[in-house]
Amino acid sequence: MFKKRMAVLVAFVVVLASVLAGCGNSKSSGSSATKKAAFKAGMVTDTGGVDDKSFNQSAWEGLTSFAKDNGLKKGSGVKYLQSTQASDYSPNLNTMVHQNYDIVYGIGFLMQSDIQKIAQQNPKAHLGIIDAVAVDKNNKPLKNVASITFKEQQGSFLVGVVAGLTTKTNKVGFIGGVNSALLKKFENGFKAGVKTVNPKAEIYAQYAGAFDAPDKGRAIAQTMYTKGADIIYASAGNTGNGVFTEAKNRAKNGKKVWVIGVDKDQHDQGMPENVTLTSMVKRVDQAIYDVTKQTKAGKFPGGKVLEFGLKENGVGIAPTTDNVSKKALSTVNDYKKKIIDGSLTVPTTDKEYKEYLANLK
Amino acid sequence: MSYAIEMRNIRKEFPGIVANDDITLQVQEGEIHALFGENGAGKSTLMNVLFGLYQPDQGEIYVHGKKELINDPNDAARLGIGMVHQHFMLIDKFTVAENIILGREPKKHGVLDMAKAVKIVKKLSEKYGLDVDPNQKVEDITVGMQQRVEILKTLYRGSDILIFDEPTAVLTPIEIKELIEIMKRLVGEGKSIILITHKLKEIFEACDRCTVIRRGRNIDTVAITDTNPNDLASMMVGRKVNIQVNDAPYDPKEKVLEIEHLNVLDSRKVDVIKDLNLTVHGGEILGIAGVDGNGQTELIEAIAGLRKVKDGSIKINNDDVTNQKTRKIIEAGLGYIPEDRQKHGLVLDFSVGENMVLQTYYKKPYAQAGILHNKVITKKAKQLIQEFDVRTPSERTLARSLSGGNQQKVIVAREVDRSPQLLIAAQPTRGLDIGAIEFIHGKLIEEKKKGKAVLLVSFELDEILHLSDRIAVIYEGHIIDIVDPKKTDENELGLLMAGRKKGGSEA
Amino acid sequence: MSRILKKINWMTLLIPVVSVILGLLCGAVIMLIIGYNPVLAYQSIVESIFLQPYYGGETIRAMIPLMLAGIAVAFAFRTGLFNIGVEGQLLVGWFASVACAICFDHLPKVILLPMSITAGGAAGALWGFIPGLLKARFKVHEVISTIMMNYIALYTTAYLIKNFLYTEGERTPTIPAAASLASTFLADLTQGSRLHWGFVVAIIAVFAMWFGLWKTTKGYELRAVGFSPDASKYAGMNVSRNIMLSLTFSGIFAGLGGAMEGLGTYQYMTINSAFTGIGFNGIAVALLGLNTPLGVVLSGALFAGLQTGGMTMQSEAGVPVELIQIIIALIIFFVGSGYVIKWAFGRLSRKGHK
Repeated sequence: MFKKRMAVLVAFVVVLASVLAGCGNSKSSGSSATKKAAFKAGMVTDTGGVDDKSFNQSAWEGLTSFAKDNGLKKGSGVKYLQSTQASDYSPNLNTMVHQNYDIVYGIGFLMQSDIQKIAQQNPKAHLGIIDAVAVDKNNKPLKNVASITFKEQQGSFLVGVVAGLTTKTNKVGFIGGVNSALLKKFENGFKAGVKTVNPKAEIYAQYAGAFDAPDKGRAIAQTMYTKGADIIYASAGNTGNGVFTEAKNRAKNGKKVWVIGVDKDQHDQGMPENVTLTSMVKRVDQAIYDVTKQTKAGKFPGGKVLEFGLKENGVGIAPTTDNVSKKALSTVNDYKKKIIDGSLTVPTTDKEYKEYLANLK
Repeated sequence: MSYAIEMRNIRKEFPGIVANDDITLQVQEGEIHALFGENGAGKSTLMNVLFGLYQPDQGEIYVHGKKELINDPNDAARLGIGMVHQHFMLIDKFTVAENIILGREPKKHGVLDMAKAVKIVKKLSEKYGLDVDPNQKVEDITVGMQQRVEILKTLYRGSDILIFDEPTAVLTPIEIKELIEIMKRLVGEGKSIILITHKLKEIFEACDRCTVIRRGRNIDTVAITDTNPNDLASMMVGRKVNIQVNDAPYDPKEKVLEIEHLNVLDSRKVDVIKDLNLTVHGGEILGIAGVDGNGQTELIEAIAGLRKVKDGSIKINNDDVTNQKTRKIIEAGLGYIPEDRQKHGLVLDFSVGENMVLQTYYKKPYAQAGILHNKVITKKAKQLIQEFDVRTPSERTLARSLSGGNQQKVIVAREVDRSPQLLIAAQPTRGLDIGAIEFIHGKLIEEKKKGKAVLLVSFELDEILHLSDRIAVIYEGHIIDIVDPKKTDENELGLLMAGRKKGGSEA
Repeated sequence: MSRILKKINWMTLLIPVVSVILGLLCGAVIMLIIGYNPVLAYQSIVESIFLQPYYGGETIRAMIPLMLAGIAVAFAFRTGLFNIGVEGQLLVGWFASVACAICFDHLPKVILLPMSITAGGAAGALWGFIPGLLKARFKVHEVISTIMMNYIALYTTAYLIKNFLYTEGERTPTIPAAASLASTFLADLTQGSRLHWGFVVAIIAVFAMWFGLWKTTKGYELRAVGFSPDASKYAGMNVSRNIMLSLTFSGIFAGLGGAMEGLGTYQYMTINSAFTGIGFNGIAVALLGLNTPLGVVLSGALFAGLQTGGMTMQSEAGVPVELIQIIIALIIFFVGSGYVIKWAFGRLSRKGHK
């Protein structure tokens, strides 16, 4: 009896497998013909994925626009591998290295140690890391890694200026993803910007503890808006999407509040309630585009710590300025010039911010 | 002459085991036909074949003389075959009428016609003298009544051949009497009945003919008027049955169990044992008679250390074991055949072998330094299986898959083998067939002969009268009287159990 | 009767196998519908794992915590308890092992490595003991308390790292080499994968579960209590103590799983903002492995293979990694609906007789 059942099962499997094989063969024959030694650039996302409306997405946009300009194909010329958990970073990076990608980016400082290890194991590979500096045991930058960092404090300062000039309640908020040195650059730059143009303004700052927790972002936003803040700078990746949700809800109920977006121009995300005041754009796409371009030209910036600031067009305020007043915009431009020419240094750490405040008075 | 049911040469095989081997069953129109056999003889398999739950590997089924294929219970129902299951399939929260019409509701304009349903049920109930109130909820009526509801369900569906699966197992003696009357009335109205049972008494009271099966085979079909209980029992067991009697002389030795002024609370914190005194000697069987719920369970649990003693003392072999841990009491010399063998006596998902060492697994020779000696355990299990005639394919078989009688044998084997000074047997033969009862009674008597103390708790007066050297009657938590079984009878015990002492005074 | 039993055993074995096959087939169908090539996808999984040492090594590495988590769940399950808290026990084990390694970094390897592993196990044990105590003393259902303990573990470890062991990159410093399970030998053998000596620990754990449950008196007791607390009580066993013990042992296995991540795979602990998922996958591993030691090894291998292979599937066949998650979910779904499979086979066999 058992045999009979097994036979039925086996037959079923065989039939299905052959059907699948049939379909498969017809397809696979076409795709295997890719040219050898063509330039390939790849990136490994963190667990957020390429559609996180933020960081990973911006990086991928950089690669795709590079591909477009250079006639590379998505999926072969430029490609991303998505990680579903932290332990996937290393195999994903390794895979691309083994497949001889000309450059492989690790998107985010969470991949720092994996990048470092793989760079040391594969000295010939070209790697890039965003928001971190890859170093060896002696704390020296690794020769085959391009470390891409941003002067987020500068961009944050500018949106701080906008917030300081726009707030009616004189209360603004900052929501960060995870409390870290990197996010502190956002926070302190923003606070400095607000205080510079609006010394009376009160600033609430809080960290959600995660980049992928929209529910928490929303809860914190709820508290801040209720306490009277009318603008929140959401610098928290996917967590920031919760801030948008809360702002939109309030807008629907007739209470106008603003969100300042981060990383990308998040104007569209504020629609249709139109809650995005402006966004601090971090041009990860620009940086990736630049580094990839240099690599293709044979000038891979290995061992260098690249800093993208206002000057390099690596950070800034979003191109969409519909909701920003003319006065605010011109003030922003004034400060932008000062920062670029070096007459204004934006604080990055809590200590620098304190000193900055002291000098303001 | 045509039969209501004729099953010819039925064979049903499960992987490796022949449950029914060439069985022929012929039920005449309008008779009560007993299907008689031990647990596991193949009665249920045969009935499941008839009811369409199993397909026979061989053989044919004729219903009212016509050959039929019964693929599922719906076919069976269509042919007028109805089964009154041992475990009722009723919805507690529904009324009797609702339960009966469930699945075949009378409708008026597409809407359930409850009034009509009640009327139909009432009519059926009156016709067969079932005396059921259609409007009562099932949860509010007695088990006996629930069974009648099950009977009504089959009648409502138009069955004229009714199968009763061990219907008396859950009933009180009075309810059994009433059921037999109902069955006779059903037959009087032209129905045919198959009664599955292993109780001789019922067959002789109710049935016209009887088919005996043993180990999957037909033994014989006889008219009840042509046979007697001893012959039938021998046919079922396959050998001469010896009704065990406690014939060893009563020779009490030293006190083994001494209970003084015992007070115990039940789970609701109500006094269930009140100032109870009891002594059991080596070399005697002390039977405790009483109506269920008079403190028997709590008394045993208190002795075994499973229930806290509020007041008083319990001594085993002069060791004070009051409120000691169960393991300590076991080690002091307690053996215990619990009332609920499946819940308390066995780990059903353990193998027979593992169950054989449930209290001794940590001791030499079964274990040393915390490591089990599985070989020794297996050897012991094999020995006990043989010694106590446990019918199991091997010691590795799960206890769950044994029949009730064999499960009980496992427990008895385990407890007796430890050779405890005091053996408590609570309802040791409930639900077992003659062969197993005979065996277990024999073992209890054997223990007595060895000089052990046996405390027997049973609701079956026959059993108590048969086995005990002394009978203690428990009533509302204390021993109302201790009588000599030779000088008493069921009537006197019945009165004592109801709380009346000799001379008619209320205790 | 026994034959019926044997039949049931066959059936139970059949369910996981059929579930895996069905899961893969359904995955293939989904790929076809979306327009990917399932043959290429599965081929890339098999080829990478069996032909490329790197992915083979990564698979075994991924197996280590999965096996330990699976053993933890299976062990508790065998004793009648449902340990949903493996995730939390794993996190505290991870933290404790890393913290121990960092705090005592001057000790030599022979002391520090075993000590750090033990610390992980001990932390897991504590995290299992608490729900055990709650159940034994106050009858708090272990499913509820272990879930709560998961959250406590997640936030406690994050807090502790942030305040005491913080370093750049949202994590603890890297552990000293003296506490590391990583091995250049194994890495070289597997083209630089993160395979580490933790697999020895995992194998020992599998053996320990088998030996402990089936060869010792304690295991006998634990299983008896798990199957039937009533009968065990009547046989003189201490049911409460066994419940506590069982969850404690289960916690040890889970804690070791965490230690393997801390001392082997990562060499540090990140501040987790969400659960790692290993503990929950452990439930699936145990379920698919029928809660047997060998079964856990096999299903652990399957899950690890799918996870690692999922990444090559992404890079070779272009199939999104989410699909692997769907396949895993489908397999679990089919195991969970084993009743349906049994029923289907029952139908099949009956039809055969007509």
